[in-house]
Amino acid sequence: MSVRARVIALHGGLLALLLAGHFVLPAYHHGNLARIMVLATYAMSYNIVFGYTGLLSLGHALFFAAGMYSMGLSVQHMGLTAGPALLIGVLVATAVAAGSGILALRTRGVAFMIVTLMFAQAGYLTVLYFGDWTRGDEGFVIARGARVLGGIDLSDESNRYLAALALFAAAMAACLALVRAPFGRTLVAIRENEARTRMLGYDTFRAKLVAVTISGSISGAAGAAYGLLFGYVGASFAGVEYSILPLLWVLLGGAGTVLGPFIGTLFMFYLIDLSSDITTAYMLIAGVTLVLLTLFAPQGIMGELRRRLWRWLP
Amino acid sequence: MELGPYLVLATLEGAVMASVLALTAVGLSLVFGVMRVVNIAHGEFFMLGAVLAWVITQMVGGPPAIGFAVALVAVPLMVGVIAVAADMTILKRVDYDPERTIVATIGLLYIIQQLTLMGYGPDAHPVEAPFNTRLALPWIEIKDGMPALYWPWGLSTTSYKLAVIGAGAAVLCGVWAMMARTRIGLVMRAVQADREMALAFGIPVERVYAMVFGIGAALAALAGVLIVPITQAHYLMGADPLLLAFTVVIIGGLGSLPGTVVAAILIGLSDGIISVFFSPTLAKILATLLVAMMLVFRPQGLFGTRAV
Repeated sequence: MSVRARVIALHGGLLALLLAGHFVLPAYHHGNLARIMVLATYAMSYNIVFGYTGLLSLGHALFFAAGMYSMGLSVQHMGLTAGPALLIGVLVATAVAAGSGILALRTRGVAFMIVTLMFAQAGYLTVLYFGDWTRGDEGFVIARGARVLGGIDLSDESNRYLAALALFAAAMAACLALVRAPFGRTLVAIRENEARTRMLGYDTFRAKLVAVTISGSISGAAGAAYGLLFGYVGASFAGVEYSILPLLWVLLGGAGTVLGPFIGTLFMFYLIDLSSDITTAYMLIAGVTLVLLTLFAPQGIMGELRRRLWRWLP
Repeated sequence: MELGPYLVLATLEGAVMASVLALTAVGLSLVFGVMRVVNIAHGEFFMLGAVLAWVITQMVGGPPAIGFAVALVAVPLMVGVIAVAADMTILKRVDYDPERTIVATIGLLYIIQQLTLMGYGPDAHPVEAPFNTRLALPWIEIKDGMPALYWPWGLSTTSYKLAVIGAGAAVLCGVWAMMARTRIGLVMRAVQADREMALAFGIPVERVYAMVFGIGAALAALAGVLIVPITQAHYLMGADPLLLAFTVVIIGGLGSLPGTVVAAILIGLSDGIISVFFSPTLAKILATLLVAMMLVFRPQGLFGTRAV
């Protein structure tokens, strides 16, 4: 099989498996998987910046929350329907990503991490500051009636799963197309050696900015979709934890692989789900996993697979 | 109260804050300066200091002064040992790679925080101050054309708060003396200046790294012990000091000790005064954005000379 056919078979296979899951999974796992697919979309967008471009951002919650809040607020206070609200969510997140990218990309390395962290922190505090509209920590619930997209009621569990799958499939296709295109190769070149890439005549600043902006708009779409599908918008989604989690998922699944973010999100979700039966300190698992990963498997699950078995994995 | 006495009060509270902040930030700055890594778990060492101070004062019992004195000595040592262990088991093995260290210390942050939650619980606990005399402060007013002293209501501080300011200043002088006057300090500065050359001259760089990480954590823990009679010990109390310490270190110039101290005093003092005019959340938003912009446009800080 050619590489192209293998790539399509593997990724298409996963989507087919997820579609089959819709019909056979018990209700609890069905619900979990819908959530995982939306979060994996978020993780995939993070992977474009971190895994492919090599920029360690600690502030992606800003984009996720920008999508979620601009969707939620326009439904709640401007009375928009789900479709336009979703669009606004993506657009605002894209704008926020481009704006913060222009500033943050002037720095590199450790300074970049701290700047993104601080931008996200400022975003989180802004959500709290405008508590009259956002209801701060408490957050707000999006009414069932507003969660209808094109005649489909997204609060229904079966529709919700299929909508999450559609979002996930679209993001995965976009991601695959991006990393296999020449532009994706440029991003990988920047990750491996930015000075040399610049010397070869590529405008690395522009490429990085485009990567951050694309990543931001997918993050925003995931955030807006999360709000619509699960009907809740809250400040915790803007907090530091939601900037760290995609990093964790991507590292676990394998940075710089298209499937990695999904695998990582799936693993981590169930790890935390199982451990929350035993202890309330479930973030302990996240901490231990992060440390173990940096020590023993910086490549993650799919990264190890690529190294040992499937060298063609995109 | 009039503005004058009010400003004096704000300055005093700010000085307490500045003293604790300077200790925390100098620890962070020392680690960054010598080891060139950013320790995200630094705030958790501060929290551990406060929590362990509570644990020790509970264990020792007796008059509060004795328990507190024991905590003041034992807690920084304990936290320092924990940090050295973390350095040898984790940071050394990722070879102090800046990005992997950040990820590993984020992991460490959650491990310390959640273990504290499991062992200590979600409640905040107070620690009694060893001495806490209330001191009213006089203010001058013009009465019948003659200056006279009077004691405005509410203008007071406690002896403990003054002691914290003094202790902070004393420890900072100690750190400076260690860096500038002792052999250990000389070795640290040598490693900071040129790691390879220090290694070539037979300096055990890895042991120096472990020691610096331990001292940095111990300073944060000491700040935690000093603050706990004023606030309370809580397992989530590490987040704010971490961000503030970052702010201080960035404004002071990454890795510059005098800059860090000046910035801590600046921020500690202005914090009290700014929050008079703005809501605390808005003040925090503005401060955070200001610091981010600082990193973008002037990464060497106000006092530093080196780029990041």
